Amino acid sequence: MTEVVAIGGSAGSLPVVMAILKALPVAFDYTVIVVIHRLKNVVSEMERILAEASNLNIREPEDKEPIKKGIVYLAPQNYHLQIEADRTFSLDYSEPVNYSRPSIDVTFECVATVFKGRSVAILLSGANADGAAGLGKVIENGGTGIVQEPNTADYKLMPQAAIDKNKRALRQSPDDIVDYVSTVNSSQKPRE
Amino acid sequence: MAERHITNDDLVEILHLINRTYGYDFSDYSRASIKRRIHRSMDMSNLETAYELKFRLANDAEYFRWFLEVLTVNVTEMFRDPEFYTELREKVFPALATYPIIKIWHAGCATGEEVYSMAIMLKEAGLLERAKIYATDLNPLNIEKAKKGITSLQHVKSYTHNYIRSGGKTDFSDYYSAQYGAAIISSELRKNILFSQHNLVTDQVFNEFQLICCRNVLIYFNKDLQNRVISLFYDSLSPMGYLAIGTKESLLFTEVRDRFEVISAENKIFRRKKSSTSIK
Repeated sequence: MTEVVAIGGSAGSLPVVMAILKALPVAFDYTVIVVIHRLKNVVSEMERILAEASNLNIREPEDKEPIKKGIVYLAPQNYHLQIEADRTFSLDYSEPVNYSRPSIDVTFECVATVFKGRSVAILLSGANADGAAGLGKVIENGGTGIVQEPNTADYKLMPQAAIDKNKRALRQSPDDIVDYVSTVNSSQKPRE
Repeated sequence: MAERHITNDDLVEILHLINRTYGYDFSDYSRASIKRRIHRSMDMSNLETAYELKFRLANDAEYFRWFLEVLTVNVTEMFRDPEFYTELREKVFPALATYPIIKIWHAGCATGEEVYSMAIMLKEAGLLERAKIYATDLNPLNIEKAKKGITSLQHVKSYTHNYIRSGGKTDFSDYYSAQYGAAIISSELRKNILFSQHNLVTDQVFNEFQLICCRNVLIYFNKDLQNRVISLFYDSLSPMGYLAIGTKESLLFTEVRDRFEVISAENKIFRRKKSSTSIK
């Protein structure tokens, strides 16, 4: 039983994130957390873009917001997105990790700590090594780690770094990733 | 990064030791953040185990001064979230202008960047002469830095950009002088600011304010402490006084949410409702 699917990406990851979200069932019994690197101090349209593309309930969580099933949470720009043991989000405005805030490592490590084997982490295209360590923590704690096949990524550095660091990570093409996510916990009906 | 891991029990012991030895109570800080801070400090000082860290903390006050710097998050910038400043100017300043003396509290001011942003805004609104800004932080080193009003020139470009987007009225360079790669905030902005040490966890109401700014500080506290601190703010505000918190912080998960009305949902500006009863 999967409780959380966490998706991390940077440059070149947005089309894959959109494809995954579009393929999600209308109702799903787990939580999706998306961490994408983006510009700070700019009013972001990301939440709206993703919501319109997928028709899903997508929100940037506020500090101490309880984590619910069936919702896609998007890490707010310029904060690290953490998860507390009581399954609430907590935000953090400390220095960037791997030159990134939000950092994928920070969120993946929290997912690993709190949801252990009931978590899936997916790392997509990107031009730095953020996410590799966090993906390792998820696998170490019994969760599933999936990395976009570097040959299919616009920017290979991020998925390659994760594969180099984690022998047990699964390498998948975007299509396979979409298939995987749309069947998590499933027998649920796919969307029209 | 090295693989250092402290358990929850270690964490409790470390925080207890800090409180007993140095009088700083971090027990109600958000666990995810404080654990990352402690791991970071261990990485930076090459400590492998919780035992080593406890030993250093118990025996080396100089080390603790450094450790406190790492533990508390002092990342800040001028005019962060420019839209917040725009709304402050439009929705809060007209009310502040009706007071003969405007008292403002910046709680958890770190190294002062937001305090100086406020001073610039007040000056441009013609309110600085009547304003008294109290800026507090728990870390004495932050207070020392904030008082000096020196920031690195490399940040000035992004601050200038933020300032323009917030609707700044003049040239940002009017407010600092550049020397040896540093930007020094003009003394005119500094004269109505009082920097002092105050710990939101343990210290009490010390004045009555028309505006309290505490942005991106509450995120480091757990829900209990958030409740206590928001109550402290409530008791420190004049009736109809304003409270500004970080754009991703919320009063929704606190017990006192009904005692405030929303002035800006987007930029998290609230106003204390009229009733004058204290929460306690």
